[in-house]
Amino acid sequence: MTHTAIIIGGGLHGLSTALHLARLSGWRVTVLERRHVGRHSSGINAGGVRRLGRDMAEVGLSMVAAEIWASLPALVGDDGGFRPSGQMKLAESDADMAALERRHDAMRAAGWTHEELIDATEARRLLPAMAPHIRGAMVVRDDGAANPMRTVMAFRRAVLAAGAEIIEGVSVHGIAPGLLVETDHGPMRADRVANCAGAWATGLAAGLGEHIPTTAKASMMMVTERLPPFCQPTVGSQSRALSFKQTEEGTVVIGGGHQGSNDLATETANVDFANLAHAARIAADIFPVVRNARIVRSWTGIEARTPDQIPVLGESRVLPGLFHSFGYSGHGFQLSPAAGAAMAELMARGATNLPIGAFSPARFAA
Amino acid sequence: MRVDVLVLGAGPAGMSAALEARAQGLSVLLLDENAAPGGQVYRGARADARGPGADQARAGAKLAAALAGSGAERRFGATLWAIEPGPVAFFSEEGGARRVAAGQIILAPGTTERALPLPGWTLPGVMGVGAAQILMKSAGLLPSGAVWLAGQGPLLWLYAAQALAKGGRIAGIVDMSGPRTAALWHLPAALAAPGYLARGMAWMGAVRRQVPVHRSRDLRAEGDGQLERVVIDGTPHPADTLLLHDGVVPNTQVTRAIQGCAHRFRAGAWEPVVDEWGHTSTAGILVAGDGGGVFGAAAAALSGRIAALAVAHALGCFGVEQRDALAGPLLLRRGRQRAPRRFLDALFPPLPPPADPVMLCRCEEVSAGRVREAVALGCLGTNQLKAFTRAGMGACQGRVCGPLLHSAVAAARGVDGAMVEPLRTRFPTKPLTLGELAALA
Ligand SMILES: Cc1cc2nc3c(=O)[nH]c(=O)nc-3n(C[C@H](O)[C@H](O)[C@H](O)COP(=O)(O)OP(=O)(O)OC[C@H]3O[C@@H](n4cnc5c(N)ncnc54)[C@H](O)[C@@H]3O)c2cc1C
Repeated sequence: MTHTAIIIGGGLHGLSTALHLARLSGWRVTVLERRHVGRHSSGINAGGVRRLGRDMAEVGLSMVAAEIWASLPALVGDDGGFRPSGQMKLAESDADMAALERRHDAMRAAGWTHEELIDATEARRLLPAMAPHIRGAMVVRDDGAANPMRTVMAFRRAVLAAGAEIIEGVSVHGIAPGLLVETDHGPMRADRVANCAGAWATGLAAGLGEHIPTTAKASMMMVTERLPPFCQPTVGSQSRALSFKQTEEGTVVIGGGHQGSNDLATETANVDFANLAHAARIAADIFPVVRNARIVRSWTGIEARTPDQIPVLGESRVLPGLFHSFGYSGHGFQLSPAAGAAMAELMARGATNLPIGAFSPARFAA
Repeated sequence: MRVDVLVLGAGPAGMSAALEARAQGLSVLLLDENAAPGGQVYRGARADARGPGADQARAGAKLAAALAGSGAERRFGATLWAIEPGPVAFFSEEGGARRVAAGQIILAPGTTERALPLPGWTLPGVMGVGAAQILMKSAGLLPSGAVWLAGQGPLLWLYAAQALAKGGRIAGIVDMSGPRTAALWHLPAALAAPGYLARGMAWMGAVRRQVPVHRSRDLRAEGDGQLERVVIDGTPHPADTLLLHDGVVPNTQVTRAIQGCAHRFRAGAWEPVVDEWGHTSTAGILVAGDGGGVFGAAAAALSGRIAALAVAHALGCFGVEQRDALAGPLLLRRGRQRAPRRFLDALFPPLPPPADPVMLCRCEEVSAGRVREAVALGCLGTNQLKAFTRAGMGACQGRVCGPLLHSAVAAARGVDGAMVEPLRTRFPTKPLTLGELAALA
């Protein structure tokens, strides 16, 4: 007997959910995407594949995801450009170093050992180009970075190869009782529906009377011209907002969560250069070599942020058969291969052993 | 920094807009990345110019002189790289980034030349007629050796006439225009066309008397690391320089980067949607001149003045009646200038996309065949094409390849160009350094 599922949203979470579900026997899966797959956060994010510094509640799922990233070709036939080149968070002051030590202790106490505290000498060995004021760092050596669009395209191909259908250019207006999905091309019905609509998922839930408090954020990024190789790992700072990575092509991608403005209705976001200037300053403080590099492009991506900054993943409290997966709050790229597996299990079996308990939508019940 | 009007571009539209705004008592900042005023048509314009295009050069020199005495603040060598709501603009000058808040912004960025991809077009020795014209106007340089021109459109013939008049030599011209074009050339006489069309025919006549003209679309550039010959209908001819031209399109690098600024597809190219005054769909942003649709220098100068009057009205200099009274005659004159343009557009639709092996995006080395493959795999648009091929993701942000990718995707899908959204651009639309940006924090 065949079951049907509709996945709303062709970002990585929608695609990953679709892929895992389509590979279970007896599921006919359709992805509905308003624009084209990867049009929003999933295609344009910083590509950080990071366990480093995650919320304690997210570490478990993030560990599962890391396993999948390490063998991504087995899942989607391509590595998505993933390189385990490391993730580092730098201490720029003694206070930063003390904060990293506290985090290190807390992680050990919880039984996690992947985050490693290193001194300035080891940090400099890993990052010869860094400025002299760095005191030390936290590092996860086999974290890394991938190419977001390449990852999206690999998932897209795998989803199609698994026999699922992806319909681009179809917008979902609402989800009605009886799992009726209303689109601008007419209504559709399925046995299970997944709400993976990113920044717009909250609105779809609200249409059903399900209140999940998120705000839209529009993190800004910029990329420079190609520079000779000088930096392998992805670099952040303990006390200042930075994500800094040199790609294989030599370009440097800089972000860190500095916010532009956004408009959900028109799906647009504006870069705020006076604000993006802070990211430029932090990057140039830590890596003086980039000061004269030319910026060739900047952009923003819109995503939903929850009050506790961990995602919403689980069955709707209002409409059984509807499952939510959104609110990844700026760090859902790394989680996507594992979160999709959890979603598929929830949708097909109603339960999963994957560590997602903290993400239940029920935590927002008044 | 704060001004009433920021004007981008010191061609006929920008200079006229700045002058008119000053005449209405507004403070004006005029930016141009070039070292001197003029834009493309008035580049290096001198009051004592002679030969083909001399009347335009004299007009340009007059305008630049008036501008210099107008009290408008003019900054040359200044590149605008971002516009934010407000409107607020950012530009760089001598290695320093600056922010300026403006009452309104008039963009007069002119045109860019549509690239003409044919086999071998990426060889050194092959370039655009537009680039050759810049060298001629700004440095007096003419290409030496066996020089070939190929493509279609009035500017091709104007350049040939100007180069010949300056003592240049042209080995041959390959006219790639459609089969009925030659006959249609005679129609504008019936259209009460302004002088420049008649002059266009005169240029073409003069050039044809001096240079062999081949009519063909079967053209290849060949050579070992450098252009050595052009092959026309299978016959090789020695060549040192090949200048290509397939018309010009509005320069929309800036307007396409403004989120929500509406564009439309007309005459084979994207242009911002503007009303008769030049208002775009974004509050406070106007476009004047060819950047809002290609109608030539005379119409551009008039649109500059019209846009400045709209801005003066918006900023409270005068009411609607005064605005309409001042603009009325200008609108009428511009209408007459614009009339023949539709005819030219119909005469020279863009050449069809090339065969599979020909490169479309040089930065990322994406061929026409790869674009067709992507479309076969379900790629519907140029922005999506980045995901399939990286086409258009080079540092130039698709300045050269954008229109080519767009027509290739539309043709492969078998739909009209209007159905395929244009390549988005992102600020900074001109590179600036991290250090320059950091200094704004
Ligand atoms: C600038 C930036 C940098 C980031 N860097 C990192 C990083 O380094 N590491 C990391 O782990 N994470 C990072 N993230 C976060 C990560 O990108 C997101 O968490 C993740 O991509 C979210 O995926 P998604 O599928 O939930 O949402 P999206 O990718 O936004 O997908 C949602 C999709 O739903 C579609 N949709 C919406 N509404 C409808 C509707 N009504 N009908 C049909 N379709 C609809 C949209 O068009 C969209 O394609 C970053 C995010 C941004 C913005």
